Amino acid sequence: MAIEMLYFAWVRERVGMGAERVDPPADIATVADLIGWLAGQSGGHAAAFEDAGRIRAAIDDRFVGLDAAIGGAREIALFPPVTGG
Amino acid sequence: MAAIDPVIDVRVQADDFDVGVELGRLEALGGGAVGSFTGIVRGGDGLIALVLEHHPVMTAKTLRQIAEEAAARWPLLGVTLIHRHGRLEPGARIVLVGTASPHRAAALEATMFLIDWLKTRAPFWKQECFADGGKTWVEARSADNAAAEKWGAAHG
Repeated sequence: MAIEMLYFAWVRERVGMGAERVDPPADIATVADLIGWLAGQSGGHAAAFEDAGRIRAAIDDRFVGLDAAIGGAREIALFPPVTGG
Repeated sequence: MAAIDPVIDVRVQADDFDVGVELGRLEALGGGAVGSFTGIVRGGDGLIALVLEHHPVMTAKTLRQIAEEAAARWPLLGVTLIHRHGRLEPGARIVLVGTASPHRAAALEATMFLIDWLKTRAPFWKQECFADGGKTWVEARSADNAAAEKWGAAHG
C-alpha cells in the first residue's frame, strides 16, 4: 500500500525532504505505527520521529490523532504542532 | 443559530494586505459593528525575519472551517481571514481577522475566537531567523492552547 508522505517544518528538515512515497508493511495499522516504522528508515527519519508525542498528523488533508487508522490513506502529512497567527 | 448567511473571505497569500481596504469591505456590509485583529511580526532579540511555512492544500480549507464555526456561533454578516506565508520582517503584517455584525459584542468575541482557533488549528509553522545566522522553529505555546480550549469543541 503506497502512501504519499508530506513533511513540514522541522520534521521536513530532519527527514531531509518535504515529500516521499513509502510502502509500509501490512501490520502498520495506525499513524503511530507508521511513525515508529518511519523512524527506522534513516538517521534523518529517526531524528524527526524519535518523540512521537511531538508529531501531529493529517490524512488526506484532514487532521487526525496518532491512533487513527491509515487503511485507505492516499496521503499522510506529519508535522510539529502548528504555530501560525 | 445565525439566521444570516455571512460573506466569508479567506485568503492565504505571500503579499501584504491593506487593513483599511479590508475593514472598509466589512463596513460596507451594513452591520454597524466591525471588529478586527492584526498580527504583526515582533522584533527584538536579534530577530531579522520570520519564515512562515504552511500546508498549501489544508490552509485555506482550515481557515474556511474556522470562519464557518464563528458564523455558527455569532450573528455575523462577514468574516475576513487573511494569513501570509513566506519571509516576513519585523513590523510586517502576518494575519488579519475581521468580522462584521449588527452587534459589537458579537464582532469582538468572534474576532477573539477566530484568532485563538487560528493559532492552534491552522497548519502554519513559524521559523525565527536571527542576525547571527541562527534559525529556530517556534514552539507551540500552552497558553495558546488554553486560549483556544476556552471556546469549547467544534459544533460540527
